[in-house]
Amino acid sequence: MAEIVSLADAVARAIHDGDAVAMEGFTHLIPFAAGREVIRQRRRDLTLIRMTPDVLYDQLIGAGCASKLIFSWGGNPGVGSLHRFRDAVENAWPGPLQLEEHSHAGMANRYVAGASGVPFAVLRGYSGTGLEGLPGLDGNPAIRPITCPFTGERLTAVAALRPDVAVIHAQRADRAGNVQFWGITGVQKEAVMGAQRSVVTVEEIVDVLGPQPGAVVLPSWIVDYVAEVPGGAHPSYALGYSARDNHFYVAWDEISRDRERFLRWLDTDVFGVSPGLAGAGTGEGGCGA
Amino acid sequence: MSAIGSAAAAAPAAAAQPAAYTADEMMTACAARALPDGTVCFVGIGLPSAAANLARATHAPNLVLIYESGTIGAKPDRLPLSIGDGILAETSDAVVSVPEIFNYWLQPGRIGIGFLGAAQIDKFGNINTTVIGETYTHPKARLPGAGGAPEIAASCREVIVVMWQTRRSFVQRVDFVTSVGYGNGPGQRERLGLTGAGPLKVITDLGVLEPDPATCELTLTGVYPGVSIADVSAQTGWDLAVSGSLEVIEPPSPPELTALRRLQAISDGSEGAA
Repeated sequence: MAEIVSLADAVARAIHDGDAVAMEGFTHLIPFAAGREVIRQRRRDLTLIRMTPDVLYDQLIGAGCASKLIFSWGGNPGVGSLHRFRDAVENAWPGPLQLEEHSHAGMANRYVAGASGVPFAVLRGYSGTGLEGLPGLDGNPAIRPITCPFTGERLTAVAALRPDVAVIHAQRADRAGNVQFWGITGVQKEAVMGAQRSVVTVEEIVDVLGPQPGAVVLPSWIVDYVAEVPGGAHPSYALGYSARDNHFYVAWDEISRDRERFLRWLDTDVFGVSPGLAGAGTGEGGCGA
Repeated sequence: MSAIGSAAAAAPAAAAQPAAYTADEMMTACAARALPDGTVCFVGIGLPSAAANLARATHAPNLVLIYESGTIGAKPDRLPLSIGDGILAETSDAVVSVPEIFNYWLQPGRIGIGFLGAAQIDKFGNINTTVIGETYTHPKARLPGAGGAPEIAASCREVIVVMWQTRRSFVQRVDFVTSVGYGNGPGQRERLGLTGAGPLKVITDLGVLEPDPATCELTLTGVYPGVSIADVSAQTGWDLAVSGSLEVIEPPSPPELTALRRLQAISDGSEGAA
């Protein structure tokens, strides 16, 4: 059964140095508050897993929490580059970042295999691309050709993702820790079901989870920790609760471009803010910056 | 990958054009026209999304827009800010998970047109969105990476690419093959088991390139008003072949410009209110 705890407790108990951590949310319901709490608790040497390591992982990478990134698209959506990610790859700042990269279809299937308890998934994918055999890295460790035992067709196998911890943000949970989220639901269900442990932040905890069209429900017994963090997806959004703060995504381009400016943002908007507070702070990263 | 209108290059200052329009607007209108009404279209953000929504607002009201966030049949009344904008979920016929959109919808060949942008493309239509530079491990520039593009390029029945054309982006050979066009030439898609036809049109800010049926090499088949073959060759990193029936493409019509600017204005307004 899920325990309802504070965000600080959830991160302290679920995420340890050296863990493989998947924080998911496909442009919607991104667990930003949880990410900032990981920075605040100064986790190190994490393998960060995420299809779209956007601004969330730019913050964690810049803060020095990660030694490896497994991903399929690393940009600031609708804005441009991730400067902290690029600085880590191009200049090893604040430290070297090992990459393992995929396509979205490959990552999605890797999560499905993890959730399904099988060692790999099969897809038509990667054929002829540079991702199949990453140059200079002795190939991609999670991609292999496979022959269909029934038809003889050549397909691609991708290794299952089994993160130590999955972290997601949902619209709500009930007092027993059953979790409900809707709208664009991405790969959050697969990430949680494939992980050893899970943390779910929610907009609100309610007495009864009413029906919602297209909602995914994660029963309490497959979730470990639930923390109530209203606005925990900011600057992304939670359908029915908040709108995307596009100004922040645009402002991030400026904040993250320069190392000193980024470090100031860390001080004022992460280390200078109590855990679980909504939003990205009112410092220079805030709306309208 | 700039959003339409945000960094628009000014149209030639000369008063030769009846209606002033930007290079961005010309390219977006041209791309929109390439989408027949009723087509099912897998849309990337930026230029492709603007063109697909312009098509819906003009000649193709029944265009089915699919975004990789899992929204099927999205009908936004403004340009989405990202492929996961809430307006896509709220206006779509169905919202499915990310594994489902790739496995059930894209992979079996249900999608007619894949609509992609790119940082770099080569003469065989191979696309690079991964790294610029000689080596993968020490790139000159790290780009966002693959996203949904490799499988969109492989499995959509056909692909249209929309991108700005410069000598640095149109190269003899891409630094990294993120998504396969025609590989190293004729027959390669079949050998790789890629089910779709590949990039049938590359639409740029100068004109349109299409693969030669025999060689698969991207060939200039259309130019915009006021653009010469020499202009396009100067922005192409290989010896550009030109079609015998080179077309001069119609400028954006007043209804196209009105619809596009309206979409842009609504989008800017809602961004401010976010």
